[in-house]
Amino acid sequence: MTDRGHASAVAHVTGEALFVHDQAQRDGNALYGWPVQAAHAHARVLHIDEGPALALPGVRAVLTAADVPGTNWIGPARHDEALFPDEVQYHGQPVCWVLADDEATARAGAAAVRIDCEVLPALRSLDAAIAAGSFHTAPQAIAAGDVAAALAAAPHRFAGELRLPAQEHFYLETQAAYVRPDGEGGYHVLAATQHPAETQATVAHVLGLPAHRVTVEVVRIGGGFGGKESQASGVAAVAAVGCARTGRPVAIRLDRQRDATITGKRHPFLAKWRAGAGPDGRLVAFDVELCGDGGSSLDLSKAILARALFHVDGAYAVPALRVVGRVARTNLPSNTAFRGFGAPQAAAVAEEVQDHVARALGLPPETVRERNLYRPGDRTHYGQPVRDAERIGRIWRELLASSRFAERRAAIAAWNGAHAHHKRGIAITPVKFGIGFTTTFLNQAGAHVLVYRDGSVLGRHGGTEMGQGLHTKILAVAARTLGVPESGVRIVSTRTDQVPNTSATAASSGSDLNGAAVAAAARELRQRLLPHAAALLGCAPEAVEFAAGSALGAGRAVPFAAVVEAAFLARTSLAATGFHATPGLHFDAAAGRGEPFGYFVFGAAVSEVEVDGCTGQHRLLAVDVLHDVGDSLAPAIDRGQIEGGFVQGVGWLTCEEVRFGPAGELLTRNASTYKLPGIGECPAGFRVATLERATEPGAVFGSKAVGEPPFLLALSVREALRDAVAAFRGPGPVALDCPATPEAVYWAIHGRPDAEPPAD
Amino acid sequence: MGGALHFVLNGEPVEVAGVDPRTTLLHWLRARGLTGAKEACGEGECGACAVVSVVPGRDGGSRYVAQNACLLLLPEADGAEIWTVEGFGRAGALHPVQQAIVAAHGSQCGYCTPGFVAALFAHHYAAHRPAPEQALAGNLCRCTGYRALREVAAGLPAPAAGDPFAARLRAPAPAARALHYEAAGARFDRPGSLAGALELRARHPEAVLLAGGTDLVAELNQRGSAPRHLISLGAVAELRACAGRGGTVTIGAGATWREIEERFAGRVPLFAQLLPRFASPLVRERATLGGNLMTASPVGDGAVALLALDAEAELASPHGSRRVPLHEFFAGYRRTVVGPGEILAAVHVPAAPPSLARFHKVTKRELDDIACVSAAIALWLDGGTVTRARLAFGGVAPTPARALAAEQALVGRRLDAASLAACQAAVAAAFRPISDVRASAAYRSALLGSLLARTWAEASP
Repeated sequence: MTDRGHASAVAHVTGEALFVHDQAQRDGNALYGWPVQAAHAHARVLHIDEGPALALPGVRAVLTAADVPGTNWIGPARHDEALFPDEVQYHGQPVCWVLADDEATARAGAAAVRIDCEVLPALRSLDAAIAAGSFHTAPQAIAAGDVAAALAAAPHRFAGELRLPAQEHFYLETQAAYVRPDGEGGYHVLAATQHPAETQATVAHVLGLPAHRVTVEVVRIGGGFGGKESQASGVAAVAAVGCARTGRPVAIRLDRQRDATITGKRHPFLAKWRAGAGPDGRLVAFDVELCGDGGSSLDLSKAILARALFHVDGAYAVPALRVVGRVARTNLPSNTAFRGFGAPQAAAVAEEVQDHVARALGLPPETVRERNLYRPGDRTHYGQPVRDAERIGRIWRELLASSRFAERRAAIAAWNGAHAHHKRGIAITPVKFGIGFTTTFLNQAGAHVLVYRDGSVLGRHGGTEMGQGLHTKILAVAARTLGVPESGVRIVSTRTDQVPNTSATAASSGSDLNGAAVAAAARELRQRLLPHAAALLGCAPEAVEFAAGSALGAGRAVPFAAVVEAAFLARTSLAATGFHATPGLHFDAAAGRGEPFGYFVFGAAVSEVEVDGCTGQHRLLAVDVLHDVGDSLAPAIDRGQIEGGFVQGVGWLTCEEVRFGPAGELLTRNASTYKLPGIGECPAGFRVATLERATEPGAVFGSKAVGEPPFLLALSVREALRDAVAAFRGPGPVALDCPATPEAVYWAIHGRPDAEPPAD
Repeated sequence: MGGALHFVLNGEPVEVAGVDPRTTLLHWLRARGLTGAKEACGEGECGACAVVSVVPGRDGGSRYVAQNACLLLLPEADGAEIWTVEGFGRAGALHPVQQAIVAAHGSQCGYCTPGFVAALFAHHYAAHRPAPEQALAGNLCRCTGYRALREVAAGLPAPAAGDPFAARLRAPAPAARALHYEAAGARFDRPGSLAGALELRARHPEAVLLAGGTDLVAELNQRGSAPRHLISLGAVAELRACAGRGGTVTIGAGATWREIEERFAGRVPLFAQLLPRFASPLVRERATLGGNLMTASPVGDGAVALLALDAEAELASPHGSRRVPLHEFFAGYRRTVVGPGEILAAVHVPAAPPSLARFHKVTKRELDDIACVSAAIALWLDGGTVTRARLAFGGVAPTPARALAAEQALVGRRLDAASLAACQAAVAAAFRPISDVRASAAYRSALLGSLLARTWAEASP
């Protein structure tokens, strides 16, 4: 465990922390790229007139498909995205790119390029795609029990439909890459990518080069959240094409409008569900259809849908559960990974059903939720035992007590009785999140650790630092394994020429996988150092301990550096590689059975809100979280992940609204029209605690993954809003659109007028 | 003769020539290698580009203000004293604000952090520190969830004795001076007097007037094109003059919303309700009253409030000035009656405080958001009977607008259920809102009625 904060905190506050565009600006000799974007959602490109752009002073090139030395087709799972398209697939798609001496000139050049198009029919919404039978994938299903029979036999039956919205990543650093020729026929790509190995492969394919000629380096990323897992590679590939064409360094940084209109978002989902319950609210049957909007290309949508299928149970046991899902193909930007990766959408459906059943039966929602929670011995609908399921109940009970839930529920009822125009609501929701890439082979990682003669340690691994504090945690792992102080260890940039064939830093797996790899390398080094320490200490190797920068044994201590020097003089290799492959994972997609996850993360949140019935505006008054991080590697960093994930989830569920216009054009292109949470949305009372006695034996030093699960804690806010709406409306289920903007809450209270014209 | 720009950057004098005057300070800083300030939106919404400048304070001293460098054109820096994150402290010698962020674990990815440092730096030295939420309302962070940063703002100690940045504030701030600057085929004028501004305006009808730039420069950044000739009003002292005589308040069109907040929040009705929710502190330091009116946005907060107060606009021209009641000021969507040779010089708010004044602003986000509907309601009552009513709304018509018929119909009535219903019907008949990214037409229509109901309820609890 480390008490330290982010390893780059000082560099952050002084402005010395360099991001991709910062490096290019400081080097000062790059060409800058700007896209020429399509003005139609679907169109055939007939002619590109580059002349007016090339006539501008400072414009150096217009990049088109003709400049691609290798393949023009990219995409993480299916190569179905044209880097330079002859058929436009969504409004705003880059058709070609202008390179100029500076960004302003490139932008002016892009505005001057003329593109002739033949406009083609377009599918501009999920509904349109479903109606047209336009899909990226065949239906995927998971089922447990006989759902039809269980539904038919259920004492109470319910049905509903829920639309889950898109969400813009709005990482503060927009997509960026900076490519330099290395002078030896290779390219160095400084990129803001969560997946350096895939960016490397993409650039290599596009340039028609073997991978060893392309080095991708990631120093840090200004926020990723999944948005730079697959979609960072295209920008890097364009910059590489520009570099190959001109021989000059090329930097591309999308401005916010370009980033918002070009890149994909969290998948919108349409969920149709039926459920059966007993009179006590216990679910006996749950039947769900999910359809995600994949956008114009497949991207990661299939895996995102799979995670949605795995998480539609929420944290609840249902004896008969069937879920069928499919990915629709629309003419919209290709939707992609976003923190939670389909699980938040699925868990929202699970909570919708719990609340619906409770209110329909006149039971407190928290009572129904508690009755349905997984218990020890339960298995999920795909057959995986819910290991440590007792933690769900433990968290639930501890949080109800620590948040004084019952007392506050009573106080809120009294408050609501005294206020006609404002009502408060409270809710508790649980989290169960499976950890591991559901594509099993991705659960591997590599690292190396070097020890220098002065005893200082340098580590490098395949994960990327994007604010989540990965390098800080890894540093702690290396220091602890070698028994040296954290100040003696440095973790440096991620490089594909140092650690090859890595997986994306995604699926919350960064510290589990890379931490284990670094620990393996560090253990190897410790083994090599042991005999030399033993010789210096005059004891048996088994008796040596490394701690706090010393080797200890036989009641004596020698400095770590002295052991290192002795090993060096004895001609010992002081560089070690480490590798980790998570054992035991398997999933049979055809059967819908297996154990895709190494373990589950659990948590729960209580949220209290106040709603203004006149306007639907609402405030988040207080939040209590109890979350399972295992034995935390870095408590301050884990708390930051929990709080940040929670607030990002609140944004998705309450104020962030992605809107497209009638031509398929994005209307919410920047911060003035797309409202992410500001400091005013941070709850006044924000109490976060982590579960005690929560060692996870399968992960590094007993820790657990933390990146995505806390996002789902925010579902408590949506359910608390529904509780407040119910206080206005009285008994019975409450229909609340998502996101629960003031307008949505207003309609939930007052009922939407029938003759509502389409909003766009 | 292109001229040169001179200013003080992180304590060192700099001279700039030959740089296109339409370059933002942010882009210039970054191209110079000062890459601490970041661009994340380019429209003054996120604060990642925040830098600090020194402006006049009270009693002849100075104060630090955080501003969005993406909304400042480089020539506007001429004569100024600007600090970027690189100037506050460095590893091993962190500024107390930087130290506090590190200690509180207030950074994750670090991209927004320099902007938070700038905002907190200004907060640290403020004579009267606002609430943390207000101080940081103009900075967005996507990683942390803000709790740690809020605690930093709440917990900053007073500046230490001997703090050189604090000492600087005892000396006067630089004053904006007249400027003529040309480069790259574009021109930037900053006249030093109203007469000079009017003369330039008359000679160059194609030039665009620049006040605080918080709307204009944001728009230029988003469009990627800018006019070849800009006339900044930033050095026209007459335009910043404010006065309160016989109860009437006159606010210079060049007064920033920060100045208005400081001087008039307690004196002009509605302003105390309006100001905390007007843009963000970073924007209020630049945005002017005149700019807010001249941009003629249908949801301009200031316009809606001033309509309800029967304010008058004073338009200056080379031939003298004229006054236009604000409800005749807006000619249509994003248009005003201000003539080609005229400049909005001031706004006069008459002395007749209403008995009841309410400002409502409905937004998705609590702070720093644009209204989907705003309402300013001013009622003058005599023994419970309405003698005069002003009902002004934003976001329901092409311009901020009053509901004249509804106002008339209220006169002589008491605030009861019948008058509310009649007023709601008259207001509903007056406007046909549209649907856009912020809200649907139906919701806007519903809000008109419910905001009136809210006001009635508050008037007779």
